[in-house]
Amino acid sequence: MTTSGTEPDTGAPIPYVDPVRRDLQRRKAIRDTVIASVSIAVVVVAGVALVTSAAGWPLVRDTFFSGEQIGSTLPEIASAFWLNVRIFLVAEPLILVVGLAIALSRGTRSPLTFPLRVVATVYTDIFRGIPTILLVFLLGFGVPALGLSGVPNDPLVWGTVALVISYSAYVAEVFRAGIDSVHPSQRAAARSLGLSSVQTTRYVVLPQAVRRVVPPLLNDFISLQKDTALVSVIGPIEALRQAQIDSSFTFNFTPYVVAAVLFIALTVPMTRCADWLNARSARERGAGGST
Amino acid sequence: MSGTTLAIEGVHKAFGTNPVLRALDLRVAEHEVVVLIGASGSGKSTLLRCINGLLPVDAGRIMLDDDIEVTALGADLDEVRRRVGIVFQSFNLFPHRSVLDNVTLAQRKVLGRSKAEAEQHGHDLLTSFGLSDKAMSFPDRLSGGQQQRVAIVRALAMDPEIMLFDEITSALDPQLVGEVLDVVRGLSHAGMTILMATHEMAFAQECADRVCFLDGGAVLEEGTAQQVFGDAREQRTRDFLARVRAR
Ligand SMILES: Nc1ncnc2c1ncn2[C@@H]1O[C@H](COP(=O)(O)OP(=O)(O)O)[C@@H](O)[C@H]1O
Ligand SMILES: [Mg+2]
Repeated sequence: MTTSGTEPDTGAPIPYVDPVRRDLQRRKAIRDTVIASVSIAVVVVAGVALVTSAAGWPLVRDTFFSGEQIGSTLPEIASAFWLNVRIFLVAEPLILVVGLAIALSRGTRSPLTFPLRVVATVYTDIFRGIPTILLVFLLGFGVPALGLSGVPNDPLVWGTVALVISYSAYVAEVFRAGIDSVHPSQRAAARSLGLSSVQTTRYVVLPQAVRRVVPPLLNDFISLQKDTALVSVIGPIEALRQAQIDSSFTFNFTPYVVAAVLFIALTVPMTRCADWLNARSARERGAGGST
Repeated sequence: MSGTTLAIEGVHKAFGTNPVLRALDLRVAEHEVVVLIGASGSGKSTLLRCINGLLPVDAGRIMLDDDIEVTALGADLDEVRRRVGIVFQSFNLFPHRSVLDNVTLAQRKVLGRSKAEAEQHGHDLLTSFGLSDKAMSFPDRLSGGQQQRVAIVRALAMDPEIMLFDEITSALDPQLVGEVLDVVRGLSHAGMTILMATHEMAFAQECADRVCFLDGGAVLEEGTAQQVFGDAREQRTRDFLARVRAR
């Protein structure tokens, strides 16, 4: 069976596109790609030329991008950066658990849980109001200074605790917004089937809420990954602190750039992942049903 | 003589200063199909929500099977809801769960059925309502009529003694209304006790054992469909019917 080429074959399962139009579209796509490639090349070349031809460039290059410095400090800074990663890996799950617990506490209705509600509200109010770095100082220096027995006095532990406390207050609000975004009719439908309040939250409300807050949570992850550098102020030698040490010997700033690149190497994939999830959930909302 | 499945006695319900139900009485016998009609805002949804304890009443009594008082303080509302199925105008399926999971969730968590048992029961019901090929689909892939049929199956899977339907076809495109009403018709023929609010007068005419006109917060007039539609006693009933027919 053949089609004439200009007449749409309505019986065909494949979508019919006018060949002339398809040709035009293809040519336009090629032209667009060429223009985009050329324009980006021009901008990059011009930018590099402009920067490298500037009078101060050799000094800037030696101060910030010294190859020799990169070679000598990268291994140290990279291994110090591993501490940032570990702080992140320990803090993040704790933040999710504490944040969710606070969000759920704030959402309870029973008079019995009133104290829980108050505590959760006060917690978020207080810890969202305190700058994270202040909390790191306060706990990282303050608690070990108490010299309590049975309590760890490693500043690293307390720096991490400070991050957990501060971030869980934010994450709790993210979870709460997600829970509030689930339409009350979902709860009514679940209750009308005989599910208890707790079961309704567990099986109907939370799964929908969590799905919706994944993108904003990823944004918080990214910012936590950067804020692990805050514990450097109380002593632990993570990437920033290591860069600072290296730099103080040579008065060269390349180690800082090395540390910055390490942070970027981790946050950029996370950002792309968040963008992708955001786009996907926007698509789902656009195409999705009424509920 | 069959027993009384549902007895509503002198129920009052207000929202703030807006009295919606005022001394409402209504009884539904076992296997009976009762249709509630009434203007929008006359309290049909409010009444249905009070019956399965989604809304507390201000005064009066609602008895289920003469053995459980829905309106008693401290009544076991989960028990009530297990025995009373309700389907809403907006289907309210759980969007994150497949059709089959929608149907099995409460069976497993509330009735304690095993996964296999719940799925078997779910499949049987889905099949008998022409939905077997949709078991693994997610709700957003279904038409409105299919979603509403799944919502009915989800409630039926709990083996309720009475089904409450709250304008279940009002959100549907006209060409999808029939398939949902067919399901209700099938249930009524199978002997299910049904209390439904609807504007589908032709359907009420055909299936209702009794039609109740809700007005001023109470049942103003009731009778067989023939009596109410053909020869209403009350002027307000006739006005309402004239308005509905004019649409
Ligand atoms: N949750 C609520 N809060 C306040 N008023 C309500 C609520 N639900 C219903 N009402 C009011 O109660 C009246 C009856 O509503 P409803 O039972 O939905 O009527 P119907 O289902 O017959 O259209 C309306 O005036 C409505 O505005
Ligand atoms: Mg209504």
